[in-house]
Amino acid sequence: MAKTLFEKVWERNLVTQETDERPAILHISLHLVHEVTSPQAFTVLRERGVKVRRPDLTLATIDHSVPTLPAGPSGELPYVTDAARNQVETLRKNCAEHGVPLLDLGDDRRGIVHVVGPELGRTRPGMTVVCGDSHTSTHGAFGALAFGIGTTEVGHVLATQSLLQRRPKTMRVNFVGTPSDTVTGKDLALAMIAKIGTQGGTGYVLEYTGESIRALSMEGRMTLCNMSIEAGARAGMIAPDETTWSYLDGAAGESVSRDDNLFTDEDAIFDAEIEIDASAVKPMVTFGTAPDAAIAASASVPAGVEGIDYMDLEEGQELTSVAVTTVFVGSCTNGRLEDLRAVGKVLGGRKVADGVKMLIVPGSEQVKRDAESEGLHSLFLEAGAEWREPGCSMCIAMNGDRGQPGDLVVSTSNRNFKGRQGEGVRTVLASPLTAAASAVAGHIADPGEYL
Amino acid sequence: MSIEAFTSLTSRTVVLPEENIDTDQIIPARFLTTTGRDSLADACFHDWRFEASGKMTDHTLNTTDISSHKILVAGNNFGCGSSREHAPWALMALGFRAVISTEIADIFRSNSLKNGLLPVIVPPEVLADLHEQPGVEISIDLDAEELRFGNHVVSFSTEPFARRCLLDGQDSLDVLLSAVPDIEAFEGAQS
Ligand code: SF4
Repeated sequence: MAKTLFEKVWERNLVTQETDERPAILHISLHLVHEVTSPQAFTVLRERGVKVRRPDLTLATIDHSVPTLPAGPSGELPYVTDAARNQVETLRKNCAEHGVPLLDLGDDRRGIVHVVGPELGRTRPGMTVVCGDSHTSTHGAFGALAFGIGTTEVGHVLATQSLLQRRPKTMRVNFVGTPSDTVTGKDLALAMIAKIGTQGGTGYVLEYTGESIRALSMEGRMTLCNMSIEAGARAGMIAPDETTWSYLDGAAGESVSRDDNLFTDEDAIFDAEIEIDASAVKPMVTFGTAPDAAIAASASVPAGVEGIDYMDLEEGQELTSVAVTTVFVGSCTNGRLEDLRAVGKVLGGRKVADGVKMLIVPGSEQVKRDAESEGLHSLFLEAGAEWREPGCSMCIAMNGDRGQPGDLVVSTSNRNFKGRQGEGVRTVLASPLTAAASAVAGHIADPGEYL
Repeated sequence: MSIEAFTSLTSRTVVLPEENIDTDQIIPARFLTTTGRDSLADACFHDWRFEASGKMTDHTLNTTDISSHKILVAGNNFGCGSSREHAPWALMALGFRAVISTEIADIFRSNSLKNGLLPVIVPPEVLADLHEQPGVEISIDLDAEELRFGNHVVSFSTEPFARRCLLDGQDSLDVLLSAVPDIEAFEGAQS
């Protein structure tokens, strides 16, 4: 019988089928762990006297609470609070107690959980990947089934390497046509979310298909899959192809064996299908307080959308007239080398506009090293931007990197919820190209004229 | 081990009519540095309930006695955003035991069910009715999968396994632990 990519991956990892009374038991190939959503799960294990069953399939990193400023003269990292430091130390203790490998501070492989998994070659096609983090959907770019779980389920995976799961529905999102050079994976993602809404994907695993998806780099595919959750979807997937395998060869430092069966069969049936004309997508920005309030940066604020009061925007106002106070480049959505190169293309030989603060935060130690070896950091510093240590930073603003009330932040992250980047802060989501163009212009800008 | 059972609940409602209430509203990220799960009551809807100075606002959530209003009636699409289980923990710390909307985000719903916070999906016209009568008393019967208010009887559905666990107070981890031999056999066949 013809099967979708999702069905093939699901069946490969199925321990027991679901019944009316009980969900399926799904085996987990890779469990990623970070400091924020794991401590209470380890506490449950301790209370029950259970050990981590497969530390070899578990990988922990530190990203959310860690400062992105270097240690001071005393050697102490400038944690925002004692609670933040305690959270990092708690993860360290838990990993030591259970033999879980940890990419600790000082480890040159550390970084944002969804950046390091692929970078280290741990994320592979056909796997199930979970993490106590909704943007786990990122790893679907490799043809893995990857989704976020809550802390109780983190405990389930630690204890048994399995999860009780109902089989989700499937939706094909087919991008037709070829977009222009200024349109990135981020713009395709925002266009899709604008089309189906923040609940359009609820209950579904999305599979992205079409020639413009095939043309995307792994970085672009990760950005798109990362944002699947913003459409409410459980996960996003892209069938592996030569782009995927050669990325993995690079990450593994050797040729990895190809798996030729990971694609959707021609006659396979999806529960839903939508089509998006990629050739009509323009560089996108958000203008409201949910990611589906997205439109071309060159357009005006549409009428009747919730959230524009909070954003202090008016209906009909041209988005390129909106002044910017801050620009943030980073996160598991757009904190990879390709993203920083895109920013470099726009910033090269230009200056960040007066009065605009620009923060550039690499997604991992490796991204930082690679960017520095290409001289990107000097270019950023010369343009007047700040260059930080790896971490989630202003994506979630829990490490002290945050805006002030009223700030307007053009951000390459994934959520423009009220207060996400600090109380009273207004967030405009955009691609790295659009963010960099806006930094130079001092207002929201379409990157077209800066390339 | 057992979890707190949920069989039925009769209580009044608090209405938050906003659509798309996301997990950053339910609990802002700066409260996520905790390593425990208690003491999250003040963090719940913190930035709606407190001014930057720390002064309490006159928001409904501050002026209502949640111990007699344990049912949160939200706008369409509740709980989108992050996987933080701190969101249901915080709602429960404030006193809520059920959330009603027309759509509830996947991960939030799954997290809530595991903690005894009942997510209930109702049709738009029922939600509209509930929005018009803030504070109305509702009876929720999980066994019958029905909620009743005034002379309305509305049925809802809950994933059968999660429902069974809630009714019996059973911890789903026990089910997985008892399946470890199957899991080992699967791993053995894989390698
Ligand atoms: S960068 Fe943002 S979205 Fe990604 S894991 Fe960190 S906090 Fe979550």
